[in-house]
Amino acid sequence: MPVRLAIRLFFAARRQTLLSGLVLACAAFAAGQPVLAQQAPSAPSAPPARFVVVLDAAHGGDDAGGRFNNGQLEKAFTLAMSVRLRSLLAARGIQVVTTRESDTAIDANKRAEIANHAAAQACLSLHASESGSGIHLFASSLAPAQPTRFAAWKTAQAAWVTRSLALEGVFNSALAHAGMTVSLGRTTLPPLDSMTCPAIAIEVAPERSPGKDNITAELTDPDYQARVAGALAAALVQWRTEARQP
Amino acid sequence: MIPRYQKILFSILLLASLGMGVMLWQLRERAHQRMIAGQDSAPTSAPEVAPDEQATLVVASDLDGSLLTQVHTLPLPDDPGARARVVLGKLLDLYAAADAGHKVAGGASSVTQVFLLPAPEIGAAAKPKPAESPTGEAKPGDSGSAKPAAAPSQQAQQTGPQLAVVNLTGSFVASHPSGIQTETLTILSICGTLHANLPRVTQVRFLVDGQPRATLAGHADLTRTYLAADVVPSEGTHP
Repeated sequence: MPVRLAIRLFFAARRQTLLSGLVLACAAFAAGQPVLAQQAPSAPSAPPARFVVVLDAAHGGDDAGGRFNNGQLEKAFTLAMSVRLRSLLAARGIQVVTTRESDTAIDANKRAEIANHAAAQACLSLHASESGSGIHLFASSLAPAQPTRFAAWKTAQAAWVTRSLALEGVFNSALAHAGMTVSLGRTTLPPLDSMTCPAIAIEVAPERSPGKDNITAELTDPDYQARVAGALAAALVQWRTEARQP
Repeated sequence: MIPRYQKILFSILLLASLGMGVMLWQLRERAHQRMIAGQDSAPTSAPEVAPDEQATLVVASDLDGSLLTQVHTLPLPDDPGARARVVLGKLLDLYAAADAGHKVAGGASSVTQVFLLPAPEIGAAAKPKPAESPTGEAKPGDSGSAKPAAAPSQQAQQTGPQLAVVNLTGSFVASHPSGIQTETLTILSICGTLHANLPRVTQVRFLVDGQPRATLAGHADLTRTYLAADVVPSEGTHP
């Protein structure tokens, strides 16, 4: 008996929900407004509660990227750095979306699609190279442009370049604060130019003594990797703090 | 008894043999004289080479990721395309050296050709037309100098901005170190060097073995057109 009563109450409640939805839709139609507009959030000025970061481990699958002197491949390094950084960010309450979790080939357009669907507050393309020293930060070389309703795919980042340069500045400060050599630049990187979020490419290089060619920390050095990941996580926390300020 | 006609025939053949012998002797003498004369006309002076000129190279450094200008003296031909190839060859020779700050194997032979084409006009409409004054009014004496519509475009081709298409070898690209910074530096130094020595070159595109290619060594985009005028650095500029 109680079971029968519960089932009857469930269907009554469901019918009531459907009826109320239908009434709302009819009212919206009579007022000449699209239904989706009635369901839009009513407080767009409120700061976003979610803070999402996209980590793009470059290369993967057939695309091995650079090959280091010790035989390690760039695709393996970037994936390891992505996994390490994801853990650090999750521990700090930051939601992370990754473009790949294993050794799979993903083309540049797919990477940008993942980043754009995530509506992230920061998109990081992770790379590694044996040339140069320390951390190389790159923003897109596209000229800043006003955001438009429809953007060309290959230059979609143009509307976000100013924010990307601000993100690059925050990373520069955080990495310099961690005692790392940092160089800033602009480049044309296919997935970066199509991302509609503050986006930078981070290229990790061996640490060398200033003004010389002597390597003080190899790419494969676990301590160096941990220091880099920690500094990157600290930079993202700083970026989140700045993003939440009115 | 020898018949008379045989005697006549023998005489004719003898005379012809002697005539041919004399002629052969004369031809031999002429050939000998020509050979002696040819030895005299052998080149005794060095072939003419292009005069030495100063070329500005935009040289990359991996250590700090900077671009610096260096002035080198080298023979530069008059033809702009050949001149572009020579300066890029010198730049890549620097990168192929053992003590280079931006090591890339290959050297001068890595640039197969440099094509110079009229650049697609970007903001050219803002420039005054040749037959008009800067205010856009026709000059008083220009009525008789009216030319077909093709004339200004020819002049624009001779003095207007140019697009340089740099054809690199596949071996150069295959041996190029992989990395965003090193690839970007190579591209920007090539663009900057072209613009510094050929100021009309404002845009640069790249081909590899005559074909378009997605990236230089996995990172820097080779499908887009680079604006060379933005690259020429002040001292120690980062890309």
